[in-house]
Amino acid sequence: MDIKLQKVTKIFQAKDKSETVAVNALDVVIPSGKLIGLLGPSGCGKSTTLYMIAGLLEPNEGRIFFGDEDVTDLPPEERGIGLVFQNYALYPHMTVRQNIMFPLENIKVPKQEALSRAQEMADLVGIGELMDRKPKQLSGGQQQRVAIARALVKQPRVLLLDEPLSNLDARLRLQTREEIKRIQRETGITTVFVTHDQEEAMSISDQIVLMDFGVKQQVGEPQFVYDKPINLFVAKFLGTPPINLFAGEIVKNKLLLADGKKYRTETQAPEHQEDLTEDAIRAMTHEVKVPICNVEIMDKKAPDGDVVIGIRPEGFVVDEKGPLELEIFMVETIGRDTSLVVKDPFDDNKSYRIIIDSSYRVKAGDKVKFSFKPDKMFVFDKTSGDVL
Amino acid sequence: MLEKQSNVKAWLYLAPAMLLLSVFTFYPLFNAFFLAFLRDYEFLLGSARGFTFLGNFINVINKPDFGIAMKNTAVITFVSVPIAVIVALMISVALNSIKKFQGFLQTVFFLPYVTNAIAIGMAFAFIFHSDYGLLNTMLGWVGIDPINWINLRQAGNADTSWIRAMFALLVYTIWGGLAFKIMVFLSGLQSIDKQYYDAARIDATPKRRVFSKITVPLLSPMIAYITITSFIGAFKAYRTIIGMFGESLRPPGALSKDSLITIVGLVYDSLAHADATGAISEAAAASIILFLIILAFTLIQMQVSKRRVHF
Repeated sequence: MDIKLQKVTKIFQAKDKSETVAVNALDVVIPSGKLIGLLGPSGCGKSTTLYMIAGLLEPNEGRIFFGDEDVTDLPPEERGIGLVFQNYALYPHMTVRQNIMFPLENIKVPKQEALSRAQEMADLVGIGELMDRKPKQLSGGQQQRVAIARALVKQPRVLLLDEPLSNLDARLRLQTREEIKRIQRETGITTVFVTHDQEEAMSISDQIVLMDFGVKQQVGEPQFVYDKPINLFVAKFLGTPPINLFAGEIVKNKLLLADGKKYRTETQAPEHQEDLTEDAIRAMTHEVKVPICNVEIMDKKAPDGDVVIGIRPEGFVVDEKGPLELEIFMVETIGRDTSLVVKDPFDDNKSYRIIIDSSYRVKAGDKVKFSFKPDKMFVFDKTSGDVL
Repeated sequence: MLEKQSNVKAWLYLAPAMLLLSVFTFYPLFNAFFLAFLRDYEFLLGSARGFTFLGNFINVINKPDFGIAMKNTAVITFVSVPIAVIVALMISVALNSIKKFQGFLQTVFFLPYVTNAIAIGMAFAFIFHSDYGLLNTMLGWVGIDPINWINLRQAGNADTSWIRAMFALLVYTIWGGLAFKIMVFLSGLQSIDKQYYDAARIDATPKRRVFSKITVPLLSPMIAYITITSFIGAFKAYRTIIGMFGESLRPPGALSKDSLITIVGLVYDSLAHADATGAISEAAAASIILFLIILAFTLIQMQVSKRRVHF
């Protein structure tokens, strides 16, 4: 059963009547039996979306469908969902067995059947031996499995997980995310999980839905979204180390890049001068360095204008004839490949990260020329951020 | 060395409180035990004729009021406390679930706590007044004849029975104790993670089960605390009776068998006759009897709460 969100909007009203649009006209189809990651920075509306699917929050506009059934006005208990909360919300006074059986007791499943179903589910998530413990006596990872078992035991149509891994330490996180994937595969349940960790989302999702400011940015298979970002936000959000951004310009279908070595100085006066005195304007007027796009990279059919060039760290190739020369600031050897840190000559607080094959011997202070892999390089419109 | 120094400091900080406690709490406490075993203690002379093991206790038990006091104390305790705890719990859950006027209603329910018990007692005495009382007026609206709650309608007519006076007293006791209980329960309820309720909702938990399986267990430390302290408080009931009935501890004109005297009332009764031989020792003995009852009862409760309370 797939889940359809149609133009779903959620507006929160604060006490002072100010409104925040948490989710804005979201259109998503979550395919049946898949594991979907709702991904985005904090406050992008991903948890709100999850809670609207769960029915704990009501959308201001739009409809939510489970298959062909419109569930928008159904209370959570009638939707047939299982929800795993960020801090698991296990009842602390009940044993693991009682926790898992609780949803079954609510719907009056006979005791014997409830017991065997709880045991079955506990075995599936790998906590079958811990049934008589209290949640406090379990590790974070075990608690989370109990929460998953409790969510799954009543055989919901949809499994929802809110930041399922955020309370676990790094090693457990790795282990648990594989576990979630396995449980999802074995049960074949349509699963939606929320995360702000792109690595987490990319590693186990069949598809990711990337959101920002309540607006859907891009939907697709993780690798596809990584390879073909549709805008600057998506390109920046996915990938560790993050994508490197350069100022660029398109002139007569040629793409030019500013390597920071050439610039002109401009006097910049404050905006909205009408509100300011002359002294204030003078005080606020200062000189800024404006990069000149001096390196020609490739042909690019696009209208003339300023652009942002994004190059993935792995998109650089050491090439003596390459167009971009950069001075290496630091070299980090990982073994498999080598990570270079390059200072932005313009801005000391900014640096670029480049990953090259470890067969190249490079040391700090070297000046190295690079060319680029075209499929690891993206050109974005400077104002809209859309890919060109 | 460092540890020793901090120890000295700790004792220094505790000293003022320890000093006051010693003078006004520990000394009287031990003195009461001492006095309870003196034979024919004369308060005014400070003299006694040696010690007696159970003499004073037997004197207390043989008092005509002792049985009445025990009965009254037991009724007040075992009727008012369970009802008050349950009512307070219901009100707190209701208050916690509403959004509008919550602050206002919280204040309303908390008002009795900051109001003097004697003043409330007088107000209740008026509510239960047979001729002018609010309660009888309201009963009159539905066609019920005025009931003689706590005072005589005609002089000389001693038909105010114990049961009616006790009813009025219990209503007052329960109401007066609600405020503090509600405050504690409310703060307890507000500290329960809302996600438990969201989880329960998703699992289609019936309201009754949410209350019995989630709210009550998670609130159980508060419930245990309130129950134990309320029982202790109820065993010591006295102020409420003074507030409602005055120093006679019974409705005007009522027979002494209908008195609402409690064990603490017995203690004060003995103290009021401090000049009589052995009266102070009897007061001490009565208070020790009360102490032993409370001690035993609290130990039982703590044993019960070990199994029922989820910390």
